[in-house]
Amino acid sequence: MSRLEQCFKALKDANKKALIPFVTAGDPNAEFTLACMYEMVKAGANIIELGVPFSDPMADGPVIQKASERALDNGMSLRGVIEIVSRFRERDKITPVILMGYLNPIEFMGYEAFVQKAAEAGVDGVLTVDIPPEESKDLIAAYDKYDLAPIFLLSPTSHEGRIKKIVSVAKGYIYYVSIKGVTGAGHLELGPVQDKVAEIKQHTSLPIAIGFGVKNADIASNIAKIGDGVVVGSALIECITSHTGNESAGQQAISDLLNSMREAMDAVT
Amino acid sequence: MPTNKPQKQSKVTDYNLPDEQGHFGPYGGTFVAETLMGSIEELNEAYQKYMQDPEFLAELDTDLHDYVGRPSPVYHAKRLSDETGGAQIYLKREDLNHTGAHKVNNTIGQALLAKRMGKTRIIAETGAGQHGVATATVAARLGLECVVYMGAEDIQRQSPNVYRMRLLGAEVVPVTSGSQTLKDALNEALRDWVTNIDNTYYIIGTVAGPHPYPAMVRDFQTIIGRESREQMLEKTGRLPDALVACVGGGSNAIGLFHPFIEDEEVAIYGVEAAGLGVETGKHSAPLCAGKPGVLHGNRTYLMADEDGEILETHSISAGLDYPGVGPEHSWLKDIGRAEYVNINDDEALEAFHQLTRVEGIIPALESSHAVAYATKLAKTMDKDQTILVNLSGRGDKDIFTIAKIEGIEL
Repeated sequence: MSRLEQCFKALKDANKKALIPFVTAGDPNAEFTLACMYEMVKAGANIIELGVPFSDPMADGPVIQKASERALDNGMSLRGVIEIVSRFRERDKITPVILMGYLNPIEFMGYEAFVQKAAEAGVDGVLTVDIPPEESKDLIAAYDKYDLAPIFLLSPTSHEGRIKKIVSVAKGYIYYVSIKGVTGAGHLELGPVQDKVAEIKQHTSLPIAIGFGVKNADIASNIAKIGDGVVVGSALIECITSHTGNESAGQQAISDLLNSMREAMDAVT
Repeated sequence: MPTNKPQKQSKVTDYNLPDEQGHFGPYGGTFVAETLMGSIEELNEAYQKYMQDPEFLAELDTDLHDYVGRPSPVYHAKRLSDETGGAQIYLKREDLNHTGAHKVNNTIGQALLAKRMGKTRIIAETGAGQHGVATATVAARLGLECVVYMGAEDIQRQSPNVYRMRLLGAEVVPVTSGSQTLKDALNEALRDWVTNIDNTYYIIGTVAGPHPYPAMVRDFQTIIGRESREQMLEKTGRLPDALVACVGGGSNAIGLFHPFIEDEEVAIYGVEAAGLGVETGKHSAPLCAGKPGVLHGNRTYLMADEDGEILETHSISAGLDYPGVGPEHSWLKDIGRAEYVNINDDEALEAFHQLTRVEGIIPALESSHAVAYATKLAKTMDKDQTILVNLSGRGDKDIFTIAKIEGIEL
């Protein structure tokens, strides 16, 4: 059983939902990200999504855009992100780590080389925002070879045909985008999310994590009632930017937010 | 300088690309987030449907004739040809279109499509502002809300076009992310689209983006090549020996080239912007100096560093200042049907002055790249041979840029 499968099974046995923080690797620097990963696990994170910074993050709102720019300015790259995961694995062999980013850095590294390096470093899955299943055949073949999970997005505009197509190739979990918009946007409405997640569940037994627009413990607990996992990203990055120049305060704010989400989520499951 | 004499290019028969998934060989395709896939499917269905619809095509024809002023003439630039020495240079006068460039051929078509699809809001990206102006123009005419994304840097450089768009009723939104130029404006327009999917139509200005845009924008631009073909036959009794067009995203070029792809006797040249020189890295020539990757929804040649991060580009001409290129050009390059060459800022500027001086035609800086290459090529050819250059736009918009470079205060 893969690390991801074990993780979701253990959560299910304990009647809990996955708390999945997202941070952009290298924002503001690699050392911070590495330390932050351990702290996030202590604060109740079950899976970590590491953002791979890209110069043209088309699906991201301003918060993650700026995080990508800071990370790139500090020299982060796809190679650098894989290196961070490899160092994380020296002390944590349990928490699944997912890379989330865009296709071009992977194209430039080469599919096979990327997947091999990522698997060796201890990456468990990859979510590449701008490659739908229609274009994924070669990449998925590479993932299969090294046992990495291809993770795909589903959105409010995904009709039944698309849901079927995506769940047939996805592994690990489905990332449901709760709103029409970019990361960090507002106005998450629970009713439509609940309906769509119920529709998706008719087509797959994969766990469903829900993200985009999860800003606080209150929303996290409501989302936890609907899905199998809660993804929080922009709100964590804002913890870093609101304490620019004081990394330990930024880290503390991240831990506090995750702790509050963990507590609120556990109270409703 | 190596000889420019038309080289034998590959023979192509039964050219029928892209395939159903929008692929030109390994290029093109649909590389977008799932959040956009629904809209793209909807657009593709509408495009497939209306491009077969006689009523839609008739309305498009009427608009191109009565509103844009088509057909645009082909003009024999005799004095330029004489001064150059060698082949006869002909100009396809897209600069004479309403709004002053080829861009309007596409915005008219897409705006009519948007209207048929029931969309009430139009968004667009723009670099130099030509596509923004062409979009704001058709939006005004059809009574559609219009929002144009433009890099904050470009807004500074192109203030007359910004004012023009605002006069036309468009909202011009400055983009401050990334390099604050065209590519970032495109990112921001995609973000708007995904947020306002229900009522919004995104008019991409070039043959880039996810399928069906590269094919659709091409189809709206091939009017250039179809007219040229007839006009050259009428004027000279045969097809031109060579076609020359500038390539940024590549919409004016593919519009001219496409109807000639199967004509083996016609050599095809796409001219990229070499900026300060391809060897300096400060250029916009992905076909000449980049490598394949994925950006803005398609696989194509790109300018990126070894980690795949997109590089900033440079050209004297804001309309060529883009790190990618339409995927069909990548394919035509790989199969050897078209040759992609480059012209630097100085050469373009020289051609700008030459055409203005000897023909009384002020060309856009983008088109000046094509003129510059055509004069190089003409010198290697015989007097009875012909070159057709796509004069994609007029240069009024560039006079401030040029005056500034030459230290003249207006």
